[in-house]
Amino acid sequence: MATSTSSKLNKAVKQQYMGLPQGDKVQAMYIWIDGSGEGLRCKTRTLDCEPKTVEDLPEWNFDGSSTYQSEGSNSDMYLIPAAMFRDPFREDPNKLVLCEVLKYNRKPDDNNLRHTCKQIMSMVENSHPWFGMEQEYTLLGTDGHPFGWPSNGFPGPQGPYYCGVGADKAYGRDIVEAHYRACLYAGVQICGTNAEVMPAQWEFQVGPCEGINMGDHLWIARFILHRVCEDFGVIASFDPKPIPGNWNGAGCHTNFSTKEMREDNGLKVIEEAIERLAKRHRYHIQAYDPRGGLDNARRLTGHHETSNIDEFSAGVANRGASIRIPRAVGQDKKGYFEDRRPSANCNPYIVTESLVRTCILKEEGDEPTEYNK
Amino acid sequence: MASVSMSSRLSKAIRQQYMNLPQGGKCQVTYIWIDGTGEGLRNKTRTLEQEPTSVEDIPEWNFDGSSTYQAEGSNSDMYLIPVCMFRDPFTLDPNKLVLCEVLKYNRLPAETNHRASCVKLMEQVKEHGIWFGMEQEYTLLGIDGHPFSWPQNGYPGPQGPYYCGVGADNAYGRDIVECHYKACLYAGVKICGTNAEVMPSQWEFQVGPCEGINMGDHLWVARFLLHRVCEDFGIVATLDPKPMKGNWNGAGCHTNVSTKQMRDEGGLLYIEKAIEKLSKKHPEHIRVYDPRGGQDNMRRLTGLHETSSIEDFSAGVANRGASIRIPRQVGQDKKGYFEDRRPAANCDPYSVTRAIASTCLLDKEEEE
Repeated sequence: MATSTSSKLNKAVKQQYMGLPQGDKVQAMYIWIDGSGEGLRCKTRTLDCEPKTVEDLPEWNFDGSSTYQSEGSNSDMYLIPAAMFRDPFREDPNKLVLCEVLKYNRKPDDNNLRHTCKQIMSMVENSHPWFGMEQEYTLLGTDGHPFGWPSNGFPGPQGPYYCGVGADKAYGRDIVEAHYRACLYAGVQICGTNAEVMPAQWEFQVGPCEGINMGDHLWIARFILHRVCEDFGVIASFDPKPIPGNWNGAGCHTNFSTKEMREDNGLKVIEEAIERLAKRHRYHIQAYDPRGGLDNARRLTGHHETSNIDEFSAGVANRGASIRIPRAVGQDKKGYFEDRRPSANCNPYIVTESLVRTCILKEEGDEPTEYNK
Repeated sequence: MASVSMSSRLSKAIRQQYMNLPQGGKCQVTYIWIDGTGEGLRNKTRTLEQEPTSVEDIPEWNFDGSSTYQAEGSNSDMYLIPVCMFRDPFTLDPNKLVLCEVLKYNRLPAETNHRASCVKLMEQVKEHGIWFGMEQEYTLLGIDGHPFSWPQNGYPGPQGPYYCGVGADNAYGRDIVECHYKACLYAGVKICGTNAEVMPSQWEFQVGPCEGINMGDHLWVARFLLHRVCEDFGIVATLDPKPMKGNWNGAGCHTNVSTKQMRDEGGLLYIEKAIEKLSKKHPEHIRVYDPRGGQDNMRRLTGLHETSSIEDFSAGVANRGASIRIPRQVGQDKKGYFEDRRPAANCDPYSVTRAIASTCLLDKEEEE
């Protein structure tokens, strides 16, 4: 059976309990990225009154030896609240809190890429960098096979599924609808959804977000997706190439613009930025998946609307290129561009940071520059 | 579905119709007590003519102790003495849940009534302002006895991704956790958090900070609520300290402790003194940290899976393999609390808190 046992527990019973009043008490669910750089963890605490801003939330800690993040003999790690959202599962006044992780010595955990991203973003505030990220993902049953696919086989080849409608084209739309609504409730800047080329594959877009917000909003959107799928009893995978062969991979195309690019004749600035990116392909590929490029190697083949991982290319309306300039931008001579290289399981903090380093701070070479704090 | 009870499949819509009926001024009070096993909870309900405003308004009652492993049939009446009242999250206001102490026919405390001596001790050490927080771990089982949602004739992938996990492949049975949390908040139980645990289908909730006798009261009622919520869903919560043999975590009830002195500036000194005292009484504590004099904990405290070995006492900052762990924050602030990681999930919190308070706070002359 493709859905989990948990999802078959009686929801009418659940609803009775979830409807109970809770007085002044507030449940705050702290969320963090674990030692894999991709996994999300969460735990909840009761607060005595509703926090109005993230500053009202206390620091916390957790057992890092159970999340691939520390040794048992020295396992305490710190959770520092970074961004607060409404909780679409427990509803108001309860909160979801995205946190940064610090090690026992209060230095950022190895997978805490938010820390440096925040520093870099604060250096370029005046450029007002905006991002929009297109998160692709695949729905799987608890057996690991894509949800809705025949048990021991494959659906018909790709063609009718992208933005499709109908039970023979769209697999699992309930999850997409529920996730969209949950994100809107939570305050996540979700701006759209569509069915993707491979059946059981979907996409949502988050943005436009300025600076550090891009990473924050995308991580919470991912958490909400996992949690919604858990409720339905299926699994969302961000693997960049879940099915080998003639099936699309999953990316996280990243749209980017600065104030200058959005103003008249911004196209010139866009083209300059792309030239810089062309000279730094290896640095970006390293930053665009959690395994320094190994994950993307399965996806960026040059086929299935991807560019080849070994070469950099750019072009107007070209989905086979590393960078695509939308046709409308080519016409208006201003706007934004789309970096199609990041994989679906990328860390948005380092993706956005690397674009800022190369395009605004004009860095060169394979290593990021160290700036004095 | 094989793993949930038949009861849970009865129509909840029909149930709701009846539960919506007004009850006039009458009030239903459910009396809860610990049975002869020292682990099991029992309950029965009576109607009162009006809503009790405090526990003093609730009358004594009695029950048949020969049916709860607590008395002989020839002399089976036992007394229920209300001690702590909560709102009822199942039948809702104005109805109540009331935790009771059990007295034998001669009005002496029943064998498994450890509250009686705990209350006396807490009164004795009142001026120290001792606070507790207990981390109750438990495992969800289907009615077939296998952990809930585990594959029928096998095991899930090894431990690693489940602790605080999210997603249908990592979190098994979150509905129970969510409902239990809300039920506790409604009832007035001092629940302060929840998280998924290291073994799949294992969860934890924390109750506290509670002063003195309140710790035991709130934890026992929280346990009752857990069993009752699971019953509604048709699955079972077990507090067994080692439900699955092999490379699977056990279930404990880590107990966090502080006194006024420990919470004040320079409190670390008092924490270290307390740990020194505890180190000299390891076997005495182990004996009361599960309902079988240490037998249950022997299966859990192996020195592996984030436990200390049952044979030795140890303490350390941020060390989850020690008997006592001093949180890193406390080590830095030089004040706060410490965590005793030895109690088993099925411990009696009255026995645990009494032993800790007694060892740490009574002078040698005062101890029995």
